[in-house]
Amino acid sequence: MKIHNRQDFLAALMFLAFGIFFLYFAQDYGLGTARRMGPGYFPSLLSALLIVLGLIILGLSLWSGNPQEEEMEKTDWRGLVLVLGSVLVFAQLLPVAGFLIAGPILVLLAGLGSHEMSWKERVGLTVVLTSFCILVFRFGLEMQFPILPPSLAN
Amino acid sequence: MELLNNLLLGATTAFTITNLFWCFVGCLLGTLIGVLPGIGPLATIAILLPVTFKMGDPSTALIMLAGIYYGAQYGGSTTAILVNLPGESSSVVTTLDGYQMARKGKAGLALAVAALASFFAGTVATFLIAAFAPPLAELAFKFGPAEYFSLMVLGLIAAVVLAHGSFIKALAMIVLGLLVGLVGADVNSGIARYNFDIPELMDGFEFAVIAMGMFGFAEIIHSMKQHETRDLLKEKVTNLMPTRADVKRAAPAVFRGTALGSILGILPGGGAILASFSAYALEKKISKTPQEFGKGAVEGVAAPEAANNAGAQTSFIPLLTLGIPTTPVMALMVAAMMIHNIQPGPQVMTSNPTLFWGLIVSMWVGNFFLVVLNLPLIGLWIRLLRVPYRLLYPAILMFCCIGAYSLNNSVWDVMMTIPFAILGYYFKKWKCEPAPLLLGFILGRMMEEYLRRALTLSRGDWFILVERPLSGALLALALVLIVLMLMPAIRKKRDQAFEGESD
Repeated sequence: MKIHNRQDFLAALMFLAFGIFFLYFAQDYGLGTARRMGPGYFPSLLSALLIVLGLIILGLSLWSGNPQEEEMEKTDWRGLVLVLGSVLVFAQLLPVAGFLIAGPILVLLAGLGSHEMSWKERVGLTVVLTSFCILVFRFGLEMQFPILPPSLAN
Repeated sequence: MELLNNLLLGATTAFTITNLFWCFVGCLLGTLIGVLPGIGPLATIAILLPVTFKMGDPSTALIMLAGIYYGAQYGGSTTAILVNLPGESSSVVTTLDGYQMARKGKAGLALAVAALASFFAGTVATFLIAAFAPPLAELAFKFGPAEYFSLMVLGLIAAVVLAHGSFIKALAMIVLGLLVGLVGADVNSGIARYNFDIPELMDGFEFAVIAMGMFGFAEIIHSMKQHETRDLLKEKVTNLMPTRADVKRAAPAVFRGTALGSILGILPGGGAILASFSAYALEKKISKTPQEFGKGAVEGVAAPEAANNAGAQTSFIPLLTLGIPTTPVMALMVAAMMIHNIQPGPQVMTSNPTLFWGLIVSMWVGNFFLVVLNLPLIGLWIRLLRVPYRLLYPAILMFCCIGAYSLNNSVWDVMMTIPFAILGYYFKKWKCEPAPLLLGFILGRMMEEYLRRALTLSRGDWFILVERPLSGALLALALVLIVLMLMPAIRKKRDQAFEGESD
């Protein structure tokens, strides 16, 4: 079978997967009746609607619908891994090592995603951003995040 | 004159030193992020939300956040005119004639017209809110659960109609958003839904986390590889003052833009965006010299700028009167009110009159600040525009991470941005608009609650939704919108209206 619109096709599969996921687990929560809606009533209703919509999008992507306008871009694994990886590392480091360590690592890791950035810029940006955040967010706005490793601070 | 008394009450709130200061800060910050690409009012307000908790007075918090929102509209048009890049989606049409004016050496005039048109529109819209909010809130008191439910259905459908992209995919995104909104403890029974024994999920996801992941991070991943091609204006900006002839050409366009923008702004969805597009289309249609449009017609800057500012402002009306947010930014305003234990809705006007009227008057003050800020500080904004994206995105990333952490002082929220960023990345790839999902997310729990109450009242009879005249009318209107959207001729027109809009 020829797929007319790959973007819609993939989106439809995603909607269907979410619909089935939410519908499946909603059954555990107790449906109740319309008069006394249980915790599972509204989710089941919505999941069913999502599945119907997913099926319509699927059908349109296979048989007619809008043809795909442009080639879908390839997944940018490097970007995904670098950006989200840097967030992950930051989140893991912050409570144990403090912002003074987690912050620069976030900037340096994320900065690897750009091919145009020189090392001079990377270091400069790291220093400027880290001190800016500490000054403005920690001291200026009094947001509560640890700057030094908590084990050291005590 | 009750209106005057109310405005006076608002003025006493808005004109305190603290509130003036924070209004100014909000406007400045808003302009800044409006000028910078890649970070919009949504992410900024999300980052600063936890900070507003520290502000003793909720009016101060809302005044600052609102300042960021309409400040961004101003900043967005500056970039549109100077570098042909819309800083915000509502200033897309301004690029058409604004940038052409700049290339002809009339950048100063274009900026001045944009700022003054926005100021005029903002002033009118402020009075409109003041005049129409009380009667609308009065009407809202007549709403029962069935009406609220139907109104939300209509709001969600209308949001999709006014947004661009595939209609049916946007509907699916709304439903998905509603479902994601239901994650967490059920209000009625206390049963935890979809939380898989994770204690952090008892209260569901944080809206700010979803917004940062889907809009902030996903956008960064998409744009960081791109090589920068910014066509920056080299000459100095001079001649800010419009001549008498310019004023004569621009003034009627400003009036029409304001009127159109005010009406469209009340409607849910991308009110400000649609407003600017329609205003531009209208001007081009009725102009005696349509061939000048796209080549630097002053009306082509004046009308859409007036319209988007009016629209940005009147989009507060549904929030302030019904407590229903119609755009993702308004949803964050709800969050800001909830932080201070204020339940948004028609009762805000009577229970917190200083907050209500103070916010409205501050909008006018803010618009005044923006004119004062924008014109003399043009040089500064131009310099900011030279900051390349490769230096910006790590900053955005870091600010968002700190903002997410500060929501509950926990890394859980930082971690949760990751799955939503991945989702947002693929949504963009598959041409699914994330904004309807956010709206659905906000309204999910409210809709369930109102539906539950409505059906309890009717003893399980679904017909209550259509039998009650107001509720029935709202649903009928939603149905009409769906049918209209499925008609090919109308769909084509809508596609034309959004033509050229970048995501």
